[in-house]
Amino acid sequence: MRYLPLDAADRRHMLGVIGAASADDLFADVPVPARLSAPVDLPHHAGEIEVERELSALAALNRPAGAGPFFCGAGAYRHQVPATVDHIIQRSEFLTSYTPYQPEIAQGTLQVLFEFQTQVAALLGMEVANASLYDGSTACAEAVMMARRVTRRRKAVLSGGLHPHYAAVTATIATAEGMEIARRPATVDAEADVLAAIDSETACVVVQTPNVFGTVTDVTAIAEAAHAAGALLVVVTTEVVALGLLKSPGEMGADIAVAEGQSLGVGLNFGGPYVGLFACREKFVRQMPGRLCGETVDAEGRRGFVLTLSTREQHIRREKATSNICTNSGLCALAFSIHMTLLGGTGLRRLAEVNHGRARTLAKALGAVPGVEVLTPRFFNEVAIRVPGSAAVLVEALAGEGILAGVPVSRLDPSAGLDDVLLLAATETTTAADIDSLVTALSRRTCG
Amino acid sequence: MSLNSVGRPTRPVSDTPGAGFASLSGGRGLLQDEALIFERSAWTSTGVDLPEPEAGVEDLGGLVRAEPLRLPGLSEPETVRHYVRLSQKNHAIDLALYPLGSCTMKHNPRLNEKLARLPGFADLHPLAPVSAVQGALGLMDRLAHWLKTLTGMPAVALSPKAGAHGELCGLLAIRAAHAAHGQTRRRLVLTPTSAHGTNPATAAFVGYEVMEIGQTADGRVDLEDLAAKLTDEVAAIMVTNPNTCGLFERDILEISRLTHAAGAYFYCDGANFNAIVGRVRPGDLGVDAMHINLHKTFSTPHGGGGPGSGPVVLSEALAPFAPTPWVVHGEDGFRLVEETEAEAAQAFGRMTAFHGQMGMFVRAYAYMLSHGADGLRQAAEDAVLNANYIKARLSGVMSAAFPDGPCMHEALFDDRWLEGTGVTTLDFAKAMIDEGFHPMTMYFPLVVHGAMLIEPTESESLAELDRFCDALLGLADAALSGDVDRFTSAPHLAPLRRLDETLAARKPRLTWRPAEPGVAPAPLAAE
Amino acid sequence: MRFTKDHEWVALDGDVATVGITAYAAEQLGDVVYVETPEPGRALKAGEGMAVVESVKAASDVYAPLSGEVVEANGDLSGAPETVNADPEAGGWFARVRIADRAEYDALMDRAAYDAFLETL
Repeated sequence: MRYLPLDAADRRHMLGVIGAASADDLFADVPVPARLSAPVDLPHHAGEIEVERELSALAALNRPAGAGPFFCGAGAYRHQVPATVDHIIQRSEFLTSYTPYQPEIAQGTLQVLFEFQTQVAALLGMEVANASLYDGSTACAEAVMMARRVTRRRKAVLSGGLHPHYAAVTATIATAEGMEIARRPATVDAEADVLAAIDSETACVVVQTPNVFGTVTDVTAIAEAAHAAGALLVVVTTEVVALGLLKSPGEMGADIAVAEGQSLGVGLNFGGPYVGLFACREKFVRQMPGRLCGETVDAEGRRGFVLTLSTREQHIRREKATSNICTNSGLCALAFSIHMTLLGGTGLRRLAEVNHGRARTLAKALGAVPGVEVLTPRFFNEVAIRVPGSAAVLVEALAGEGILAGVPVSRLDPSAGLDDVLLLAATETTTAADIDSLVTALSRRTCG
Repeated sequence: MSLNSVGRPTRPVSDTPGAGFASLSGGRGLLQDEALIFERSAWTSTGVDLPEPEAGVEDLGGLVRAEPLRLPGLSEPETVRHYVRLSQKNHAIDLALYPLGSCTMKHNPRLNEKLARLPGFADLHPLAPVSAVQGALGLMDRLAHWLKTLTGMPAVALSPKAGAHGELCGLLAIRAAHAAHGQTRRRLVLTPTSAHGTNPATAAFVGYEVMEIGQTADGRVDLEDLAAKLTDEVAAIMVTNPNTCGLFERDILEISRLTHAAGAYFYCDGANFNAIVGRVRPGDLGVDAMHINLHKTFSTPHGGGGPGSGPVVLSEALAPFAPTPWVVHGEDGFRLVEETEAEAAQAFGRMTAFHGQMGMFVRAYAYMLSHGADGLRQAAEDAVLNANYIKARLSGVMSAAFPDGPCMHEALFDDRWLEGTGVTTLDFAKAMIDEGFHPMTMYFPLVVHGAMLIEPTESESLAELDRFCDALLGLADAALSGDVDRFTSAPHLAPLRRLDETLAARKPRLTWRPAEPGVAPAPLAAE
Repeated sequence: MRFTKDHEWVALDGDVATVGITAYAAEQLGDVVYVETPEPGRALKAGEGMAVVESVKAASDVYAPLSGEVVEANGDLSGAPETVNADPEAGGWFARVRIADRAEYDALMDRAAYDAFLETL
């Protein structure tokens, strides 16, 4: 068996050194009724040929985004990840290393994390960022938990423009901690609606921009209102490329900014692994969840990096920890950082402009389709449209023609009463021909 | 004939030792210092070629950022060089045995990496219509089948993104089950003193009060103490088996019987599943919920700290409360049960956006197929054999915390044998670096003084095991014969010497920040 | 000055007690990197968690030696936590508490009793 180096002679020799008659003796503490005498009822080992054959067959039953016109977004975006990224993350020293608890032999990982934290803080316009969380949705939940710790209040207001999965995850976690979650109604231009729900018990207000309907909002006024009530503002971004062009959460007054970093370096991966970005004001740093990498010096005065402020974390603080987190999304954070390093601020700005330009083209073409109404007033690279009848049925029909025409809102939130609303994203990978195919196919179906 | 007389010496001509040699640049041959990307003058460049935008941004008006985003952009060659140089400063499993107890640092098969990158998996949107992703759902279904069969449990929640996330999932299911049955008095969770920190942290996160269960002299859960504490206020116990001391809980059947008799649930931390996979099924031990670390037992790579994946197997009692989404097979093929279908009515909620760590599912499934039921069983046996071999070779010199009887997949030592030497567990660990090995897990579990927890996994050859043991015995000998300086000033041969963690915590500098625009910040000064 | 078995010291001036950790505790903890002090105005019960002292690898709870109301916390510690190591029994004080019951103070160990207690550890 190719992954097991020991042979029968080795095993015999080792048993001799141990002083055991057989390997079974080493399992003597297992209660007899629980011992399995034979392998479980599953296939036996297979060589690479058979494994590859089975998995390739499964892969062939899926329609990759690149196989045809593709417009799905809603929290996961298709961007061109430079070929360099995937090569670097497969280097043994990055792929197969452990959490950098022994900093002297992990400066590669640690310096990357320091650069990553700096990039994330700059993107989100905040003073400090952590070394990543699992994804944007759990980062959102953690932000609400942190706001509770900081303000000692129990209510959180979630905007109606927040991605429904993010709202569901936040509600799941927060109600376990005894918080009260108020979700505002889902509308396309929903962010300002949170103002109506802020009171003296509010720990934080959570808004998203661009929101799940694609709407971009200046949340500065919401920040002011939250602060006046002693609450924190949490700003969520699910498409980080937008930050190359738009005002950052920090610029608009956010106290905590979270994002899904998947757009840079990571790819679609059917939903995971992704990378959660988490940044906040420096005064809150000891309340931050997750790992933090900091600068220091070694015994010879040379600069180095270490994990720091660890006393917030589970392995030290145990039941008093800021969270129970034990992993970050290390390799995905590396991928994000490499892509961001290749782009630079200038390149990200350009990439964002290209995305926005494509989306404007898409929106214009969609607006010209009879029966279709573009709902998003101000967008970055995603728009919500109203179609005649069920958006889900339409998407299924178009998928049959090889076009992945976006995400119906009903897939995310069946109770929102928006069954005729469809979310479409355009990125630098979307072509004019894709848009033409989409519009042609849509027109055929919407014109009766 | 003509002879090619261009020759040169092929043996060293001088026999002077090279000690104390320093290069002019400060680097050491292949190992060079590498500055931060912010220390280059690359603030306005970019290493990605992009087309012209086809429209302007005037429609966004005041929403556009006022200040440009100041981050450096490097060309492709510079980027590659930066990260390759950084990578050379990292130790990794691909370099040597990584004896980290409770982390299961086994080999990461490259077939897994190849298959995870098939466009049919990697370039797949999670919210594409279900009809377009039948292969992905099919893989999730097969993975679920393997996990359920290996554990003897009827249900599995695939969505948790890491082990600790899985613990959270398990406890939330337990909480939901108690609520559904009107069990409102259950406010306590019991965990052994040896538990991993995530156990009490997770319990507290979910709103439970944590109470510790004592340990017997032979490193197992104290049954009497457990029985005394199992009142009707206990929601669950959280037990690791094999436990964090590397020992199988012999009384596990009694532990689960007592727990269930008290109306509580048994959460099992599955971090040590590698010791028993294919040989014991947690379902047969009375477990109600157990997370499985795909990045431990099922070989998905550790990636310098993540991403992980922590699916949770569930008993009949807890299965109804599993979080959304999950895969079901119907007449029209596979579909996902998401929030609001009637079938999801009892689900306690959702753990993450989308469906879970599909990239890790592909890798783990490829690994399972490669090993098969027979190979996994053999892997557990070899993991336990390797740990016992190390224990046998080292116990003559190093003090085993629990010398009687075999250990499972990890061997635990304490620091009694170092008493009086002036060398601590930390110093010993740092000296291992100079010998070419990553230190073992240190100071965990907390129940043993100066703990040293060694888990070789099944991926190690006898030669590597012997190389490791020889190195440790050599170090042990040095420590016991008074060669203290070797340890207290270690490591000497790593890219950096021991780092000042006090300074990092007292004066946290978490991002690069220029004192003035364009001026690099001064390095931190040691105190 | 009086002492507790949990290695806190108390210096009483009128009805205001200044509280900190002893030199022994500071030495055991190693380099102190952060101290979480209680907020002024907070009511404390003797034995209740009052502050947290962090070193790099550990966080230790400091318990209120007496009941009372916190009137002041040592603001210098956030910028200079090393003061706890350098001067634990004076400059490294954590908080000043207006006490409710003088008898609680009198019941604590004096220096001689504390030193004797340290011998037993």
